Amino acid sequence: MATLNVNGKTYQVDVDPRTPLLWVIRDSVGLTGTKYGCGIAQCGCCTVHVEGVATRSCSVPVSSVQGKKITTIEGIASGDVLNKVQKAWVDNEVPQCGYCQSGMVMAVTALLKSNPKPTDEDINSSITNICRCGTYQQVREAIHAAAKA
Amino acid sequence: MNDMPKFDRRSFLVGVTAAGGGFSLGFNTFASDAMAADATPEVNAWVVVKPDDSIVIRVVRPDMGQGSRTGLAQLVAEELECDWNKVTTEYPTPGQNLARKRVWGAMNSTGSQAIRSSQEYVRKGGAAARMMLVQAAANEWKVPVEEVTAANSVITHKKSGKKTTFGKVAEAAAKLEPPKEITLKNPKDWKIAGKSPKRFDTRNKVTGKHMFGIDTVLPGMVFASVRDCPVNGGKVKSFDASKVEGMRGVKKVVAVGETGVAVVADTFWNAKQACYALPIEWDFGPSVNVSSASIADYLKEGLTAEKAFIGNKQGDADAALAGAARKIEATYAYPFQNHACMEPMNATALWTENECKVWAPTQNAEAALAEVIATSGLPAPKCDVIKTELGGGFGRRGRADFVRQAVLIAKQMPGAPVKLIWTREEDMTHCSYHPITQCKMTAGLDDKGNVTGLHMRISGQSIIASLAPERLDNGMDPATFQGLTASSPEGAFGYNIPNVLIDHAMRNTHLTAGFWRGVNANHNAIYVESFIDELAHATQTDPLEFRRKLLKPKQFAVLNAAAQKAGYGKPLPKGHFHGLSSMNTFGSYVAACAEVSVENGNLRIHRIVGATNPGHAVHPGMIERQVAGSFVYGLSALLYGECTVKNGAVEQTNFDSYNVMRLDEMPKVDVIVMPDFEFWGGVGEPTISAAAPAVLNAIFAATGKRIRTFPLMNQSLTSA
Repeated sequence: MATLNVNGKTYQVDVDPRTPLLWVIRDSVGLTGTKYGCGIAQCGCCTVHVEGVATRSCSVPVSSVQGKKITTIEGIASGDVLNKVQKAWVDNEVPQCGYCQSGMVMAVTALLKSNPKPTDEDINSSITNICRCGTYQQVREAIHAAAKA
Repeated sequence: MNDMPKFDRRSFLVGVTAAGGGFSLGFNTFASDAMAADATPEVNAWVVVKPDDSIVIRVVRPDMGQGSRTGLAQLVAEELECDWNKVTTEYPTPGQNLARKRVWGAMNSTGSQAIRSSQEYVRKGGAAARMMLVQAAANEWKVPVEEVTAANSVITHKKSGKKTTFGKVAEAAAKLEPPKEITLKNPKDWKIAGKSPKRFDTRNKVTGKHMFGIDTVLPGMVFASVRDCPVNGGKVKSFDASKVEGMRGVKKVVAVGETGVAVVADTFWNAKQACYALPIEWDFGPSVNVSSASIADYLKEGLTAEKAFIGNKQGDADAALAGAARKIEATYAYPFQNHACMEPMNATALWTENECKVWAPTQNAEAALAEVIATSGLPAPKCDVIKTELGGGFGRRGRADFVRQAVLIAKQMPGAPVKLIWTREEDMTHCSYHPITQCKMTAGLDDKGNVTGLHMRISGQSIIASLAPERLDNGMDPATFQGLTASSPEGAFGYNIPNVLIDHAMRNTHLTAGFWRGVNANHNAIYVESFIDELAHATQTDPLEFRRKLLKPKQFAVLNAAAQKAGYGKPLPKGHFHGLSSMNTFGSYVAACAEVSVENGNLRIHRIVGATNPGHAVHPGMIERQVAGSFVYGLSALLYGECTVKNGAVEQTNFDSYNVMRLDEMPKVDVIVMPDFEFWGGVGEPTISAAAPAVLNAIFAATGKRIRTFPLMNQSLTSA
């Protein structure tokens, strides 16, 4: 049994302690906004925040995040009010299929917290999530828009 | 068995022709069984108007990010004259379509067909609904229908000053006969279509609420992980279920046809752990010794083989080459590639003795339904497919192999919904891959440098032979010649060369070939556009001027537009060079002008300008995004895309060995959308073909080095 704090709520989950956080969030907690893409921390679809730090949840055993503050894509808006990254994403119509965008938004939200005005170079080195639809140009524009907001 | 219209499974796989003519408007079924949750009757199959004036538009072509949900709704709304702000959409199921004699026509988003193949009948659907609503108002007011107009969901009789809304007359309209004659608007007068309204689905995609197939949750659901034989054509010899049956959460170990084994468990992770711990003995089958090298040799033989299927023959290329003052030759090779959709293949199936339902992210819900009917052992009316959202498609999700597996597993778990998810490893190694080909180009020049003859010999795989062999034309795969035929509305060879021979030595491999976004045009464009560039340089002619002399006018128009916008011919920053390409495919004219630098062998793509003439532009904003995304997809393929074969199996298993382009490599993209209103072309795929050759030609300009074997990661770009 593991105790998890996800989006401010406490969950008791009965899983193998080695289970990746991703699958606990999706199948045990029941929040499906966090996506499976590769399982080896390559693509970033599964990005969540652990104590505010962008973390690829497919490669983190649930035992290592017990008692830590976990935030998923479902937990970054304030009610119906989107956070500034989500808002920039909507205003710039970034997503195409949308599958990678939960991870993108989580990675960018964390980036802007540590680096409120990132340069293009900062963006290049910190946002390494894969998007196969090819929304990168809109992602970059929306990051700059969110930084200005 | 039953009196449902017959359709065969394969015919939906190809889609391209399924979407063509032959489908007639089925407005006679209006007002029967509306799907809207409340009891509001539909005006016709495409339109439901609720009493509060909200509009539900039926969209049947899957939106996997390309925007067809919004674009198709725009076309209906344009003719309906409704208030766009009150429009929502819904997807009928293929079972509903079948039960209503395919009133909605084809349901596939493949071949860049979603808009262009259904634009006429969806516009007519919107117009017919408007005419019925207007007629209902005229009847109520007892005035001639010619005096009544509709705009923004409001119906007006100017003479009497009477006004009503769509919602107030919808019920009466639903009871009317549909109109027989429908006149569509001139697209130049469009107010909703041709503009770029916000797409419907963005907010859900940034809040985690967009429900992809993998997100399906049903009461009592269990999870499955599958392993299929690593070598295509092989099968399972035996497996020892007892070794994993005691593992945490495991419910059952089941055979999946003859070729695979799945573990069903309480969570996906537990299913996967047991599936990968399960001892399986494989019979790898006849292709266990196939390697990339053996495939390359096999294709190489085809480059000079005597027999080949002819796709384009004008004049006498052999004679022109024999009599040429100068002959130029080049040989190219293009690898297998995986679509690598971000959402791995998955489907959720519920099977009982009485019904079989599948929730699936599919590009072709009817092909998926056909697979469900064939696999479930149940009659068609007892089966259905609920199309979920799609995490990418790129052609991969036109197939229904994963749907079949889900049903095969669910049949062994009666009454329990089974969510089957492929691991990325399973997805990477069980694709229908971009076909592998080689190509030998030979051109003859006269003493003035004019191209007098061209022979293009393609050797390699046929997609149709892999996926739908009954569609071969006397053994030939016409789709191989995508963008290369003498004339075709889908796309023709763009160059005026007097003597041309383009032929295909079909050399199929044991790996399944499939429709991979852009399809055969991808490599065909690389071969033609690289070689044309080689000819320009061989004759010391500027590549744009060289093409100006040879290209057909519509083709040159897009190329010239891209070149001008990119500043072609004007001074560039030091070390930067331009490269050009163009193609006519999926019915559209596309071109690209790339600006690159190569420093110490390191390529940097700084900017790429795309121009596209799709005939009609329903949502220019989304076309711009499709073009930019096509550059990413095409350049990822050029830079990194390669699946290699060892001992019959694909070697790349995940994004660590199958790299793709990331944000740091993204060039600045500018897009020119230049519809000429003369035809209807596709948008989602054509630009991919233009991406790679533009960059390759720029690399040559920068380095003097002609790369002819792909991907670039295997090549040195150090100057020649």
